[in-house]
Amino acid sequence: MLNYIWLGLMVCSVILGVADGRTAQVVAAVTDSAKLAVTIAIGLVGIMALWLGLMKIAEEAGLVQLFAKAISPIMRRLFPDVPIEHPAMGSMVLNMAANMLGLNNAATPFGLRAMEELEKINKTPGTASNAMCTFLAINTSSVQLIPATAIAFLAAGGADNPAVIVGTSIIATTCSTVAAVVAVKFFEKLPMFNRRKEVVNEYS
Amino acid sequence: MSIASVSTVISNGLFLSFVAGIPLYAACKKVPVYETFVDGAKDGFTLAVKIIPYLVGMVVAIGMFRAAGGFTLLAHWFAPLLRLLGVPEPVLPLALIRPFSGSASNSLLVGLIHQYGPNSFIAHVGATMMGSTETTFYVVAIYFAAANIRRTRHAIPAGLIADFVGVVASVWICRLVFLHS
Repeated sequence: MLNYIWLGLMVCSVILGVADGRTAQVVAAVTDSAKLAVTIAIGLVGIMALWLGLMKIAEEAGLVQLFAKAISPIMRRLFPDVPIEHPAMGSMVLNMAANMLGLNNAATPFGLRAMEELEKINKTPGTASNAMCTFLAINTSSVQLIPATAIAFLAAGGADNPAVIVGTSIIATTCSTVAAVVAVKFFEKLPMFNRRKEVVNEYS
Repeated sequence: MSIASVSTVISNGLFLSFVAGIPLYAACKKVPVYETFVDGAKDGFTLAVKIIPYLVGMVVAIGMFRAAGGFTLLAHWFAPLLRLLGVPEPVLPLALIRPFSGSASNSLLVGLIHQYGPNSFIAHVGATMMGSTETTFYVVAIYFAAANIRRTRHAIPAGLIADFVGVVASVWICRLVFLHS
C-alpha cells in the first residue's frame, strides 16, 4: 500500500509541478522536506529518552502491569493475539492513556515502543500484524479527551469561550474511534489484506 | 476563558504528577530510580534515529505533492462528495490535508479562525475536526518505522476511514450544538 501511495505522490507531484509551472517550488520542497524530516526526528530524541526512562521506572515498579490489568477486558478484546502480561500490552495502554490525556509528546515514545514489542511477537516479520493495524487505527483516529492545540488556537484568536469545542470533539472522536475499530476488524478478515497473499503480491 | 485555563491547569498537573509521581511510587517499591531511568532513556536516541529514513521518505513525498498544488487539486475533486455530506466549503481544504500534514492543517485552522472569527461556526467546526482526527500518514510512517514494517496491510485504509468519519461527525455534531442553540 505504502509503495503505491509513495510512488503516486512523487510522480503526480512532478507531473503537476511541470504542468503548472511550479517546478522551482517542487524542487525546493524536496530539499526542505528532507531537512525537516530529520529536524522532526532529532527533536524527538530528548522527549523520547525522558518518557522511555520514566516508563522503565513504571515497569520496574509494576505500575504499568497494574494499569494494563485494570483495563484488560477491553484490551483483550481489541488485541486477542497479544498476551496480557506482554510488554507490548503495557506500552499500548500507556500510549492510549497519554493520548487521551493530551500528553502528545509522551504518547509517541510509548507508541513506538509498543510497535517494537509487537514486532517481537509478529508471526510475519516485516508485514503488519492484526494487532499492529488495530493499534495504529485507534491511534490515527485520535482518542484525545482534551484537544489542547485546537483550544489554544481558538484562545489565541480571541474566542469568548475556546473550550466550547471540548464536548463536540469528544463526541466526534468517539465516532471516529468506533469507526476505526469496526473498519480494522472488518478489513483484517478480507482476503485482499491477507498476510501471506500480500507478501507474495506486493513488490518490495 | 475559565474552562480553557482549568483544562490547562489539569493537563499541566497531570504532566507533573506523572514526572514526579512515577519515580516516587517506584522508590517506595525499592526500585533504584535513577539507574532504571537512564537504562530506559538509552533507547530514546536509537528509536528517534531509527525512524529517520521512513520519515524522510514520507515528508519529502508529501512536501513535493503540496508544493505542486496536489492538495488543491484533491480538494477540488473531493469537494462534491464532502459537500454532499454537509461539510461547509471553507473547511474542505482542512479536512483533506489533515491526514497528511500536521503543520499545514494547523496553519489552515489559524487561517479559518482569523478569517471567519474565533466565535464563528466555521472556526468551531475546524477546531473540532482538529481535535478529533490525526495526521494519519505521519503516525503510520513513524510507528511502522519503529517496527521495521514495510507491508502495512489494512492500516492505512482503516486510518483514513477513521479520519473521514471524524470529519463528517465533527460537522454534524457542530451543526447540532452550535446552530440549534
